Amino acid sequence: MNEIFSATVIIGVLSSGIRLATPYLYAAIGETFGQRSGVLNLGVEGQMLLGAFASFYVALTTGSLVYGLLIAMLVGALMGLAMAYVTVNLHAEQGISGIGFYLFGLGMSELLFKMLLGTVETVKGFSVVPIPFLSQIPVLGEIFFQQNILVYIAFLLVPVAWFVLNKTTLGLKIRSVGENPEAADSLGVSVARIRYFTIILGGTLSGLAGASMSIALLNVFQQNMTSGLGFIAVALVYFGAWRPWGVLAGALLFSMVNSLQLWMQVLNVPIPSDIAVMLPYLLTIIVLVATVSRVRSPAALTKPFDRGD
Amino acid sequence: MKKNLLVVLILALVLVLSACGSAPAAEAPAEEMPAEEMPAEEMPAEEMPAEEMAEAFKVAIIMPSSITDLAFSQSMYDALLAVQAEMGGEAAMEIVYSEGMFVVDDAAAAIRDYASEGYNLVIAHGSQYGSSLQEIAPDFPTTSFAWGTTLNTFSDEGITNVFAYEANSQEGGYVNGVVAASLSEAGVIGVVGPIEAGDAALYVKGFVAGATATNPDVDVKVSWIGSFSDVALASESANTHIAAGADVLTGTAQMVVGAIGVAEENGVLWFGTQASQTSLAPDIVVANQVYDWKVALDQMLANIENGVYGGEAYTITLANSGLVMDYNGAYDLPEDVKAAADAAVAGIIDGSIVIPVE
Amino acid sequence: MRSRLNSLFDALMPVFATLAALAVGTVMLLILRVNPGEAYGALWEGAFGSTNAVAETLVKATPLLLVGLGICIAFRASVINIGGEGQMIIGGILATQVGLTFTDLPGWVVIIMAMFAGFLGGAIWGGIPGFLKAYFRVNEILSTVMMNAIAVQLMNFLLRGPMIDPAQAEKASKIPQTARLLEAFRLPRLAPTRLHIGFLIALGLAIIVYVLLWRTTLGYRIRAVGQNPHASRYGGIRVRRRIVTALLLSGAFAGLAGAIQVYGVNYRMITDGSASGFTGAAGFNGIVAALFGQLHPIGTIPASIFFGALLVGANKMQRVVQIPSALITALNGLVVVFVVSSEFWRKQRQRQRLSDNNKEENPPQDGDISAPSAEEVLTS
Repeated sequence: MNEIFSATVIIGVLSSGIRLATPYLYAAIGETFGQRSGVLNLGVEGQMLLGAFASFYVALTTGSLVYGLLIAMLVGALMGLAMAYVTVNLHAEQGISGIGFYLFGLGMSELLFKMLLGTVETVKGFSVVPIPFLSQIPVLGEIFFQQNILVYIAFLLVPVAWFVLNKTTLGLKIRSVGENPEAADSLGVSVARIRYFTIILGGTLSGLAGASMSIALLNVFQQNMTSGLGFIAVALVYFGAWRPWGVLAGALLFSMVNSLQLWMQVLNVPIPSDIAVMLPYLLTIIVLVATVSRVRSPAALTKPFDRGD
Repeated sequence: MKKNLLVVLILALVLVLSACGSAPAAEAPAEEMPAEEMPAEEMPAEEMPAEEMAEAFKVAIIMPSSITDLAFSQSMYDALLAVQAEMGGEAAMEIVYSEGMFVVDDAAAAIRDYASEGYNLVIAHGSQYGSSLQEIAPDFPTTSFAWGTTLNTFSDEGITNVFAYEANSQEGGYVNGVVAASLSEAGVIGVVGPIEAGDAALYVKGFVAGATATNPDVDVKVSWIGSFSDVALASESANTHIAAGADVLTGTAQMVVGAIGVAEENGVLWFGTQASQTSLAPDIVVANQVYDWKVALDQMLANIENGVYGGEAYTITLANSGLVMDYNGAYDLPEDVKAAADAAVAGIIDGSIVIPVE
Repeated sequence: MRSRLNSLFDALMPVFATLAALAVGTVMLLILRVNPGEAYGALWEGAFGSTNAVAETLVKATPLLLVGLGICIAFRASVINIGGEGQMIIGGILATQVGLTFTDLPGWVVIIMAMFAGFLGGAIWGGIPGFLKAYFRVNEILSTVMMNAIAVQLMNFLLRGPMIDPAQAEKASKIPQTARLLEAFRLPRLAPTRLHIGFLIALGLAIIVYVLLWRTTLGYRIRAVGQNPHASRYGGIRVRRRIVTALLLSGAFAGLAGAIQVYGVNYRMITDGSASGFTGAAGFNGIVAALFGQLHPIGTIPASIFFGALLVGANKMQRVVQIPSALITALNGLVVVFVVSSEFWRKQRQRQRLSDNNKEENPPQDGDISAPSAEEVLTS
C-alpha cells in the first residue's frame, strides 16, 4: 500500500491524468463558450466522433497530421453550424437537438469508417515533444513537459478562454447574451451572431477533442471510441461552474482519479475492479458537494440555459 | 416565416419524390451487381436465382459488436465465410447478419425474426443472448439455434434445437503467457481486460497461469477497465502498466486497440487474442490466439444435415485446431522460446498441462 | 373547419419532419447501393406489418413511455433528468432481487412487490441528484451523468459477484447474469406475442401522471416551481422540496421501466458491461419521446409508440437490406433533429393564427420548453 505514495506512482498518476484530461478540456472549453452564451449542446460526443474519424482518415490517407487537424476542426465547425441553425434560427429545444446530433455523429462516423476503411488500423500520430529545458526539470518535467503537442494546446486553451471570456469585448458580449439576451439585444449586440460564433467554436473544439484522441493519444479509430466521454465533458462544465479554470480543475480531478484507480489495480489494492472504476464519477460528485457550499461564487451560477423571452 | 416553411416542405417533397422516382433505377444495377463486381463478403445476395434457391443453406448471425472488430464478433463472421467458401459460395450458403446488437431485447427480436423467415441456423453470438434463445427456440422446432460462448444447450429444460459453443481461451492464454514470461526482461507483464467475466476472465486466468509457470517470479498485473468500448481508458491502462515497469502487454476484447497503439509507441511487446491483431502493430505483436469457429460450425452443419437440430455443445481447443496460435512472422522469436511455446501447446493437448480456471 | 384542418396539420408536423429526415436517408441508402423502397418497406413491415410487429413496437415503446412520463414531471419542474439509464438499472436490480428472494410467494404478490421495488430503486437513484441539487446546488446534468456510470459499474459488480446465477458461479465462463425468475413471476402476456401487461401499466400511469400534474396540488406546485420559482417561493411553495420530489418521481418511473423490462422481457438481469445492453438506451430515448409528446403525459403515448416503431423497424431494415446498423443510428439522429426543428413551424402557425385573431404584432420569440432553472432561486 505504501507503494501508492512512491514517486513513480505519483508521477504516473499526474502525467497520465494530464493525458486523459486533454480531450475533456477541448470539448468542455468549447461547451463553456456555448453555455456562457446560453446554449446547451449535448451533441458534443457526436462532434467528437466525427472529428476523430475525419482526422484519422485524412491523416492516414494523406500522411499529414496537420490536414487531419484542419479537417477535424472543419467537420466540428460544420456540425456546430447545423446545430446553430437549428437552435438559433429554428428555436429547437437544445437538449433534444443535441441528442439528435449525437446520434447522427455516432452513426455517421461508424458508417464512414465501415465504408472507407472497413477495419481497425493504426496511424502514426503526433508524438511526444519534450519542451527544451522545462522537460529536464526533475519530476515536474516528466509530468508536464513530455507530452504531445495537442496536450500543450489543450492546456494553453484554458488561460486563452479565460482571457477571451473575461477581458475582451467579445467575452462581455457572450456573457451578456447568455445572461440577458434582451438587454444585450437592446444594446445592439446580435444575439444570433454571438450564438452562432460560440456554437461553431464549440463544434470546432469538439472536433479537435476527437482528433486529440484519434491522431495524438490513441492513434487509432474505432466505432464509438469516445464511449460517453463527450457527456462527461458537458458535466465538467457544470463542475467548473462555466469558468475555464473551474473546468480545468474538474477535468484534472476526474482524469487523475481515473488514472489513480488504474494504478490501484496495477498495485493490487484489494478492491473489486468495478468499484475502482466507479471512483472518478463518485469523487467528482463528492468534491462538488463539498466545495460548492463553501465557495460562494455568484458568477459561477449564471443561467446558461436561460435564453430569455 | 411562412415562406420558410413552404420552402422546406417543398424540398422534402422533392426529395421524397426523387427517391421514389429513382428507386426503380437503383434496383436495376443492384440486381446485376452480385454477378460482376460486388465482393462476396460484402453483400450476401438477398435473392437467389430460382433454380439454386432450393439448396441454399441459410445462416443468420446476431452479434454484439461489428463484423470488423478484430475480436470476438469478427472471429465468428470470418469462420462463417470460410465455411461458405468451402461449401461452394453463396449459391450453397446464404449468410445474413445483424451487428451491433448489444441491446438484449433487440437481439431477441432479430432471433425470432430470422427463425420465422425460415433460416436453417440462427447463431446468437454472445453469452447475453441465452435467455432469449431459451424463450424462442421451442417455437421453431425445425430451426437450429446456436449460442456462444457457453456449454449450455438447455437440454435440461427439454429444448432439443440449440447448439452451444465455447472457446477454451485459457489454453491460448496459457501459451501466450509462456512466451510473454520468456520474453519479459523486466519480469513485469501488464494485462488490460474489459470486465472480469466470461471469455475475457478465462483468457486472463490462462495467461497468468502460463506466465507464472514459466517464471514464478514474473509479476503479472491485471487491470479491468469496466467497459468493452472505452478505448481511451484501455490505452491509459496500458500506459499505466508501462509506467509500472511492464515490458510485455496483453489484453482482450475490442477496446484493446487503444492499448495496442500505446504498446507500439513505447516499443512494448503485445500478445493478442480472439482474432489476429498483427496488422495493427506489425513490429510489436508477438503472437495471437485466433479463434477458428469453423471446427464447431462444421460439426453443427453435419448434425443438421442428419436431422439433429441441437443438443450438442462444442468447445474449440488447441487440440481440435479451433484455437490456433498465430505467430507474427515479422517478429524474430528466439528458437528456445518458440520451443517452449510448442511444448506448452503439446502439453495442453496431451493433458499433461492442466490450467486451473476455477 | 379551417381550424380543424389547421390543428390536423399541426399534429402531423412531426410526421412531415420524419418524412423529410427519411428523404435525406434515401440519399445515404442510394450511396450504399440499397434500394430505398425496399429499405423503408422493411422498416414499415418491421414496425407495423404484422400482429407480431405491432406487439414488438409496443414492447419497445413501454420503457420509452415510462421514462418519458418521468421526464414530463421533471421538466415541468424545470429540472433535466438525463439519469434514466442509471435509474432503470437500479430499478431492475432491486426488482430482480425481490423475485430471487421471495420464491415461495404467489406470483402476483411478487410481481406487485417487484414493481414497487423498481419504483423505489429508481426513486432513490433519482432522488439523490434531486437532493444534491436542492440542498448542495449540484447541477443535475452533472450528477445524473455520473450516477449513470456508477449504476453501470454497480450492476457489473453485483452480477459478477453477489447476485450471480448460482449455475454460472460454478462454471469457468462466469456469465455475469442473475438466475432466471420463476415462470410464475412473469408479467402476463396480452396476446401470443411478447406484448406484456407492462404496456397497459404504462398507459394507466400516463393518465395518472396527467391527473397528478393538472388536477392535484402537488402537480400545481411542481408546475409552479417550473414556471416561476421566485413567485412560487413567495407563494409559499417549498422550492427545494418540489425539486427533490420531481427528480424522485422522475427516477421512480424510470426504475419501474427497469423492473418491467426484467419481468416482462428479459426475466433476469444480465450485463454486457454497458448500460444500453439492458436499457436499450430507453433512458435517453425516453427524453426524446417526452419532448415529442410536448412534455404532456398523454402526448407522450403516441410519441413513444412512434419511437418504438422507428427503433424496431430500423432493426428489421438492417436485417432485410443488410446495411450497417450505423446508418440507422445516424438516421435516428436526423429524425430527432428534424422533428425537434419542425416545432418551430408549428409554433409559427399557432402564433400566426393568434395574431390573425388579435391583429397585433407578435415578435418571434424563444418559445421552447427549456425554462429557466430553479437554480436562480436557490442561489439568490
